[in-house]
Amino acid sequence: MYYFDPHIHMVSRVTDDYETLAKMGCVGMSEPAFWAGFDRGSPEGFRDYFRQLTEFEPKRASWYHLQHFTWICINAKEAENVALSREVIKLIPEFLDKPGVLGIGEIGLNKNTPNESTIFMEQVELADRLDEQILIHTPHLEDKYMGTRMILDMLEDFGDLEHGRVLVDHVEEHTVRNVLERGYWAGMTLYPVSKCTPERAVDMVEHYGPERLLVNSAGDWGPSKPTAVPDFIMAMRRRGHSEAEIRRVVYENPLEFFSQSRNFSFRPPEVPAEADK
Amino acid sequence: MPTLANRPELFDREFLALRAKILEIAATLDRLDRSPGSLAGDPRVEQVREAFAVLTDHESDRAERVQLVFSRPYDPNWKSNPE
Repeated sequence: MYYFDPHIHMVSRVTDDYETLAKMGCVGMSEPAFWAGFDRGSPEGFRDYFRQLTEFEPKRASWYHLQHFTWICINAKEAENVALSREVIKLIPEFLDKPGVLGIGEIGLNKNTPNESTIFMEQVELADRLDEQILIHTPHLEDKYMGTRMILDMLEDFGDLEHGRVLVDHVEEHTVRNVLERGYWAGMTLYPVSKCTPERAVDMVEHYGPERLLVNSAGDWGPSKPTAVPDFIMAMRRRGHSEAEIRRVVYENPLEFFSQSRNFSFRPPEVPAEADK
Repeated sequence: MPTLANRPELFDREFLALRAKILEIAATLDRLDRSPGSLAGDPRVEQVREAFAVLTDHESDRAERVQLVFSRPYDPNWKSNPE
């Protein structure tokens, strides 16, 4: 089955992972800008990172006929440094018209601090002003519930924001309802220890239905599994769900959400690339 | 999109995995009992006890309620009470 991983950090993965993903049915991915495991020291460090996301990763993905898309932002963890964050925010517009850039993300909260909230609001304001889609990171573990509620509170301050163009990621059992009820898209992240398992993700699909739900691996530099979405596909099959139901969640839903971005030039795998014709 | 298996089928399918997970928890608690030192005053111990209580009650939405046991509570006045 074809699938699209809507959240994966390929800069942290080796080229062999692209090949494995392609062999397992992945046809495309979206890669939000995130914290690389260490704090970068200057805006120029971010500029290089954004160039890697917009120039090199699409090329590396294409070697295995994978289509790579990306998001640009200052992430929640490094947003604690407000001065640096504002310098990085100034860089964002120059990347938003690059091919494959879907919007601003993954912005959000990490430890739910006032500084993080300030920079989150400034980036939502930028996205709102430039009519960009938004991808949101919610905090980890004990901070997730409060942080997710704070994020939803802040989004309410933007009265004209189109909720259907916002993806709130890393939802779990205690946050998914609040996100979906407000009309946002919700992403379930499959991680080996924290966040969600494939079985629990299937539970949430069964509980809330497939509408506006996405499932991703968020494969990165930490303990994570880039091939987690096929695990979800297998868990859905074991529960007896039809291929059409599974395809809705892992392929059609990501395409529906991302198609709202002007730079989402996705070519279905059934359509040969110009170079192959 | 409800689960398609009926309850006895589902229980048959999940029983061994459930048993294994309960044994892992039991063995972890035994390991903690055998180890030196004290957990007195560690608030996470009470969280674990509360979570166990959720597992053995007869209410629904256990996963959501266990998540909330391990979560900081939401303060609706957070904007006026920043940390």
